Amino acid sequence: MPVNLLEDDVQSQSGADEKEYHWTLNFGPQHPATHTTLRLVLDLDGERIVKATPHIGYLHSGFEKLGEHLTFNQYVTIVDRKNYISPPMNEVAWHNAVEKLLDIELTPRCKYIRVIIGELARISDHLLCTGAAALDLGAFTAFLYAFNTRELIYDVYEQMSGYRFHPGYTRVGGVLYDFDEKVFQRIDRVVQHMPKVLKDMEKLLFRNKIFLDRMRGVGVLTKEMATDFSCTGPIARASGVTYDLRKDQPYLAYPDLEFQVPYATEGDCYARFQVRMEEMVQSVEIIRQAVKNIPGGPANVAIAEKYPLPDKATAYNSMEGLIQHFELIMPNRGPDSPVDEVYAAIESPNGELGYYLVSDGSQVSWRTRTRPPSFIHFSVFPHIIKDHLIADIVAVLGSLNIIAAELDR
Amino acid sequence: MTENDAETLPPVVGQLKDRFGSAISTVSTFRDNVRVLVDRSRLADLLAMLKAESGFGLLAELGGVDYLGYPGRDREFRFEVHYVLLNQETHERVIIKVGVDADDPVLPSAVPIWRGADWMEREIFDMYGIRFQGHPDLRRILMPDEFTAFPLRKDYPLRGRGERHNFPRITREQS
Repeated sequence: MPVNLLEDDVQSQSGADEKEYHWTLNFGPQHPATHTTLRLVLDLDGERIVKATPHIGYLHSGFEKLGEHLTFNQYVTIVDRKNYISPPMNEVAWHNAVEKLLDIELTPRCKYIRVIIGELARISDHLLCTGAAALDLGAFTAFLYAFNTRELIYDVYEQMSGYRFHPGYTRVGGVLYDFDEKVFQRIDRVVQHMPKVLKDMEKLLFRNKIFLDRMRGVGVLTKEMATDFSCTGPIARASGVTYDLRKDQPYLAYPDLEFQVPYATEGDCYARFQVRMEEMVQSVEIIRQAVKNIPGGPANVAIAEKYPLPDKATAYNSMEGLIQHFELIMPNRGPDSPVDEVYAAIESPNGELGYYLVSDGSQVSWRTRTRPPSFIHFSVFPHIIKDHLIADIVAVLGSLNIIAAELDR
Repeated sequence: MTENDAETLPPVVGQLKDRFGSAISTVSTFRDNVRVLVDRSRLADLLAMLKAESGFGLLAELGGVDYLGYPGRDREFRFEVHYVLLNQETHERVIIKVGVDADDPVLPSAVPIWRGADWMEREIFDMYGIRFQGHPDLRRILMPDEFTAFPLRKDYPLRGRGERHNFPRITREQS
């Protein structure tokens, strides 16, 4: 009976108006556009997102628990794997906290070395983030330009430490090896290459209508929201918070170096993208200055300080060095740390990366709490994605730069 | 932890002492950290005051610590939760610490004050089993829902207790 069917249709349609009916869609855990394992459960009204519920923890492997069982020097390998896009910055953050706990003042050369590897990591992180954001919105060429350039940075890592991906380069009171001439040559290649890459990416993206339409006005995070949600780093700076630990609570060699803190006020995906692009320009400038002004002298604090591992030449060629090496490496030995706790943070590519260390007097921390920027930024996501379309998820996720290993730890 | 002279402490500590008096049990400094140990009953008021009046607008970090078996520990509480607050105008930081009872680990939630506390409190609940009263959605965040233990407690072994093998398995027929 076709007439009745039609009436039924009309009735059911009017019924739908009275009671809201939402689709549920699982986005992830392994979606090609999320780059990492995270699952979003979406409540949809058509294509409009009514509610997004993130489920995380797929990569959780208890890094903080491991921190209670590894010594200050050993844990640097775990730290590397937290944010695998910019490992040296995590190392700098970790040993920054340890050295604050042990009250070690680094040598001037080491401060500059750490600034250089940190800023290289920042460029590497931002290159991948902006490149991948472009890739997700269809701009494949820009991604290749960005990704190719990261190879040059890996070359620096390889030359300085022997490892391309997870350098594990910092040590308590210093670094694994001092920079040699070849490292500076490779850094120089990065510095010379970067301006052209950034210009190319700008040309490819900044007047690309598809890119602009999908980024502008999407995922707006207001200044008040950014502070309320504990956001830091480029995400907060794109919303008008100009806070930057490098300027406002200077550490390492940053007080000696001249640079600007870029910020925007729109708070949308495009603003976050622009802030990251400009930060890369500033980072190149910082590296150029740091390489030019790097002081001479030792890279590690003297072994008389009792904490730093002596380098190989000292350990094999002097009695003092050998004893010191043994004292640090043998189980149940090693210097004491104060029975106290400390919080220390630095400005990582994604924002404030802090460690809350509780020490019980041994070489292993009692509690290693990481303040992970990605975790905090992802908690904003359900709020800023509301009332957007499914297609916008990709743009917002890309601009928040979620690293699942740091999210889950 | 050493009790320092009043001159070396930032003015906000004086304000807190005036307002909350006996609820503040210890004020200590170490390196550049200033720690204020506050009683649980006044925690929410103290955090709200710091945000509204003293300009500590950013909850930079929120985490828990288990002190079971910690050397020289004579305080009554097994757990402590720390709130690292940042004043973005003056660049000051202050760490608020609060002790949590082992038998009934409950704290007032900071979500009404900072929405950023939402996930960080869920993580503390997940890892230590500390419950936050007034939290809008206190669920496990990193561990699966079927997990019953609290893995960052000191009496939980590094290699686990084999929980993973006891999780219910869903076969293709059941799904």
